[in-house]
Amino acid sequence: MEQPSFLAYRNYRYLKITGLVITAALIAYLLARPAGGAAYGGTIFGYALGIASALIVLVLTWYGIRKRRPPKVPERREADRRKFADTDATRCQSNRRVINAEESWRHGTTLQGWLSMHVYLGIALVVLTSLHAGFRVGWNIHTLAYVLVLLVCLSGLYGTYAYLRYPRLITENIGEESLDDLLLKISEADELATHRATDLPSEVKTLVSRACRDTRLGGKFIQQISGRQHDCPTKLAVERLRELGKELVDGDQPRLIRDLYTVLLQKQRLVDMVRKEISLNARMRFWLYLHAPLSIALLAALLAHILTILIYW
Amino acid sequence: MANQSSTEGIRIAIVGAGPGGLSAALRAAELGISHVLIEAAPNIANTIRRYQKGKLVMSEPRQLPLRSSLSFTSGIREDLLRTWQQELADRDINLLTGDPVTNIQRQHDGFLISLSSGHHLTTECVVLAIGLQGNVRKLGVPGETLPNVQYQLDDPDEYRSETIAVIGGGDAGVENALALTGHNRVILLNRQEEFTTCSEANFQRLRDAIKAGGIETQVNTSVVRVEAITGSDAPLSLVVQSPQGMERIECHRIIARLGATPPRRMLEGFGIRFPSDDRAAVPQLSERYESNVPGLYIIGALAGYPLIKQALNQGYEVIEYIQGNPVEPADQGLLLAKFLRIPDLPTVTEGIDLLRANLPLFAPLTTLQLREFMLDSEVLTPPSGEVIFRRNDYGNSFFSLLRGAVEIHIEGQDGKKVIIKLAQGDFFGEIGLLSGRRRSATVVAGNECVLVETPRRSMLKLLDAVPGVQRKLDEVALRRVIRGCLGASLAESEVAHLVQAAKSRQFAVGEVIFNEGDESDALYMIRKGSVTVSRKSNDKEVVAAYISAGNYFGEMGLISKTPRTATVRAAAPTEVILLEAERFNAVLDQNPSVRREVTSRYLEGVRSKEASTSGKNSGLIQFLMDQGVGEATDVLLIDYSKCIRCDNCETACAELHDGTSRFSRRAGQTYEQIHVPASCRHCEHPRCMKDCPPDAIHRSINGEVYITDACIGCGNCQSNCPYGVIQMAEKTQFQRPSLLHLIFGMKIKHLPQNPLASEGKKAVKCDMCRDIIGGSACVRACPTGAAFRVNPEDFLTMLDK
Ligand SMILES: Cc1cc2nc3c(=O)[nH]c(=O)nc-3n(C[C@H](O)[C@H](O)[C@H](O)COP(=O)(O)OP(=O)(O)OC[C@H]3O[C@@H](n4cnc5c(N)ncnc54)[C@H](O)[C@@H]3O)c2cc1C
Ligand code: HEM
Ligand code: HEM
Ligand code: SF4
Ligand code: SF4
Repeated sequence: MEQPSFLAYRNYRYLKITGLVITAALIAYLLARPAGGAAYGGTIFGYALGIASALIVLVLTWYGIRKRRPPKVPERREADRRKFADTDATRCQSNRRVINAEESWRHGTTLQGWLSMHVYLGIALVVLTSLHAGFRVGWNIHTLAYVLVLLVCLSGLYGTYAYLRYPRLITENIGEESLDDLLLKISEADELATHRATDLPSEVKTLVSRACRDTRLGGKFIQQISGRQHDCPTKLAVERLRELGKELVDGDQPRLIRDLYTVLLQKQRLVDMVRKEISLNARMRFWLYLHAPLSIALLAALLAHILTILIYW
Repeated sequence: MANQSSTEGIRIAIVGAGPGGLSAALRAAELGISHVLIEAAPNIANTIRRYQKGKLVMSEPRQLPLRSSLSFTSGIREDLLRTWQQELADRDINLLTGDPVTNIQRQHDGFLISLSSGHHLTTECVVLAIGLQGNVRKLGVPGETLPNVQYQLDDPDEYRSETIAVIGGGDAGVENALALTGHNRVILLNRQEEFTTCSEANFQRLRDAIKAGGIETQVNTSVVRVEAITGSDAPLSLVVQSPQGMERIECHRIIARLGATPPRRMLEGFGIRFPSDDRAAVPQLSERYESNVPGLYIIGALAGYPLIKQALNQGYEVIEYIQGNPVEPADQGLLLAKFLRIPDLPTVTEGIDLLRANLPLFAPLTTLQLREFMLDSEVLTPPSGEVIFRRNDYGNSFFSLLRGAVEIHIEGQDGKKVIIKLAQGDFFGEIGLLSGRRRSATVVAGNECVLVETPRRSMLKLLDAVPGVQRKLDEVALRRVIRGCLGASLAESEVAHLVQAAKSRQFAVGEVIFNEGDESDALYMIRKGSVTVSRKSNDKEVVAAYISAGNYFGEMGLISKTPRTATVRAAAPTEVILLEAERFNAVLDQNPSVRREVTSRYLEGVRSKEASTSGKNSGLIQFLMDQGVGEATDVLLIDYSKCIRCDNCETACAELHDGTSRFSRRAGQTYEQIHVPASCRHCEHPRCMKDCPPDAIHRSINGEVYITDACIGCGNCQSNCPYGVIQMAEKTQFQRPSLLHLIFGMKIKHLPQNPLASEGKKAVKCDMCRDIIGGSACVRACPTGAAFRVNPEDFLTMLDK
């Protein structure tokens, strides 16, 4: 019952379109390739490719606007068709009614369709701009635009990979729990551990209080991504407690240690889960913070490129 | 107002100072009739006083004119109470507060009324207007009346250092539990898994209290019995059934807050008869609101009229009736407007007579019931040839043929078309009403036909109120279901032969209808609900098929005369009709074509079952059934292996629906990678509809269950929905994220939300974007295609993919 991914949208419709676009561009390039690598961008095909690229960039950027503008269809329909509206008996034939992305396409677009198009056209863009530039680079505004295209597309490619990979891992890690619940449980475990450590030697108390205080869950970007903490105090406490268990054998101590150990072990499991959740989420999302600003920078560079061309050509 | 206790020789005693009682007392005072108004609570209008603070009280039904000496317009609760207080202040109303009526007995020419204070009154007649809020629901288990088992909490500070079990996860229970923390050990028991019936604010506070260790909770727990124990510090032992098994909780006090039931038993004690055992049944009344006890009148919510305006009108009218003044009921005009649509029908009386004469199904109704029936219904006069409804439309209104004829076009399961003619006095649409599913046939109007279309809720109310209607409807419906299942070509006599021995049985979710290996003794037809078919393979039960209402099962064993090869369980609350094997086989013997058809379906069944017994999905099916997909018509699922948790679906929903998302992506359960968010299932039998006072919840012909603007914000639907998907929300201006947010790809956590012109909180839920071209915004706004909608018939096919 898992759904097809956005890459497969409508039976790979946009992959097919992209294939055609790239083939057309290659043919155009081969036909018009100026001997000796002269400025290709200036030829008629060069212009065409440039303009096509710019249009694609606009369409791709539009995705960001479209995404934040939910399927706003201004016309609302008459929700209840009039009782005796029409007499033809054709409408009652379809027995099935699955409202899914497929069906609603006929009436309004789905964001899934837009993303599928976005990804494939983005890939086509790499080819198109490369051909348009005639593979010439230099320290100039033109190349800046080109490099930005490459960067945006690279981050986009990573994003596609991330979107295909991480959601599943996130569910597998955290299942039905929520981050808030886990944090709550961790703070409960902290309380319980502190409580259980009260009658134990001060070394244990220090271990526990450090585990409560210094265990880091999120942190800076790199720490979030890594999902680890060097010398994690909870982990240290667990390990140290295991050793201490052999040493502290007087009276009630073995039982107290065992109780405490169970709590800390539990906490360690929770901490690992939270860190993994944070890490997976960070990996799934961080690229967008490059992708979106860079695409705006690209827009600016593109504008500059075109202006330069218009002024100096 | 004057509080007075010398009350001998009174003409009218009015019990209950809600809108109904107040209006009656005021009218009696205006007419100078000796009366007394008795109220249990210390103050008047106790029900309204208990609404949440600042609640907007709505004056539904809008079209109904107000006829009362009390004024009433939509407004804030406090204003309404103040106005009433002022209007009553300088009137000569004989009010007795703080003294509940405990008994009413008929005596010679009048009544003897006993009050809880021990006082007695005698009067000539009684108007009962005690509403439905009065009787607190008891635990309903042995020990429910032991000392220290209580059903309300007046002063939480009264109790110190006790162990107190609070039962009930609604607002009342949660609020009580919170009030008791600090000085006591509080254990809160909830029958459900989650505290979905309490308000968001209470839930937050509860969460904080649980976190702080102030309250312990036990969920999924039901009470089995309460025992008194001696010699222990705690005098009570509460035996509960929890997921861990039977448990015992020792405590000092039990506070149960389980809502209220109609004060039925008390009324029966007064000699008032109820037409059926159903919880929702209301007493049968004459058109002057007189009950079967002469001189005892019933008005307002207790009489089955759940809105304030109705209670006010009836309070006025009942006094006039008692005085013998022939006033027209306030709704006369509305009723006449309906009847005027019928050619040559100038008066309401004639209209009611026509109903009685031409619709034998409704002959047992009293005039009052017929009036109500008609007020809820519409008169339709479609020209000949027009389609009234189509096969596969959703719809659960019920149609009666007042005049003329209609044609029913049935498509048999063999694809053959059959036309059945119905004439005056017949009815149709009962299958949709009973099964909650799509229409099974197309109905076309004949010559000069006059139809009465009655909404589902009114029909169900009638079925409860008048057992005769239920029986008649059942009989005809049964015959039609048999026809529908086995083909329309069966002769009437054969159908009748089958009907004679047909039995109807009810099953709860998960209950076994028959087991693999059982003897095959009957054919089952599903009238309501749905079932799953499963088989054992390697000691595991594997779900192989899902069968919905309007279909039959169990035919395999009958044809091959072998024991059952599969286990069948109810996937939703289900009603099936059993046809005995012998009769069934006899009928098949005489109808080779029907036999052929049944056999061919049987063979197909065998094949499809072999195919799907691979069983890798049976866990998922079970999970989805547990989530109510079995009784759903259309449910939102999310494939979590694709979901990037962007909540774009919710944002889109909120933007299109007055600022509040109608579902919660996070809430809800997950099985492997399939997530069922907390979102409306558009149930076949929506339980949310049941107690909606203004009847604001409907199902459209496309299947969506939606709430109209008539909602008065009472919260009944919220507590009745088993899936916790209804919220009470205000309309807010949804603010779109700005361009800056867009450029930097930032996520907006909290948008300031401005409530629109205060319409008050109303119930909101998913309406499947019914009025938006393109359909469900959630699905369309999902960038990765993770969100999708299914109905249970399709999801098995999807599973195989
Ligand atoms: C939360 C909520 C919101 C609602 N919102 C609206 C709304 O916005 N608009 C609307 O039209 N309707 C609304 N209703 C419905 C409305 O409250 C009722 O229709 C109306 O109150 C019924 O009036 P009544 O006179 O029949 O009974 P009630 O108002 O229930 O009055 C009955 C009175 O009888 C007293 N009583 C009970 N037992 C005894 C006894 N044994 N002896 C003496 N006295 C007794 C009670 O204390 C009470 O004061 C709402 C209901 C609820 C629960
Ligand atoms: C995404 C869009 C675009 C990118 C990334 C891009 C990039 C480039 C690059 C890298 C060059 C080579 C510069 C050099 O010779 O050093 C180039 C040349 C050129 N581009 Fe574009 N370009 C884009 C769009 C356009 C558009 C829309 C136009 C026309 C309006 C255009 C017109 C030209 C012309 C005329 C040249 C030749 C200049 C030369 O030979 O020096 N380009 N472009
Ligand atoms: C010049 C090329 C591109 C531009 C201008 C561009 C622009 C954008 C913009 C503006 C967004 C919206 C960000 C947001 O809403 O948060 C976006 C999202 C995205 N882009 Fe691109 N993009 C380009 C190329 C690509 C390529 C080549 C890929 C993939 C191969 C890609 C994959 C994505 C993905 C997966 C998203 C996220 C969708 C989401 O979270 O809803 N993009 N892009
Ligand atoms: S609101 Fe609840 S009861 Fe009503 S249709 Fe939806 S899921 Fe069913
Ligand atoms: S829109 Fe789609 S991806 Fe985003 S949260 Fe909703 S289901 Fe998940």
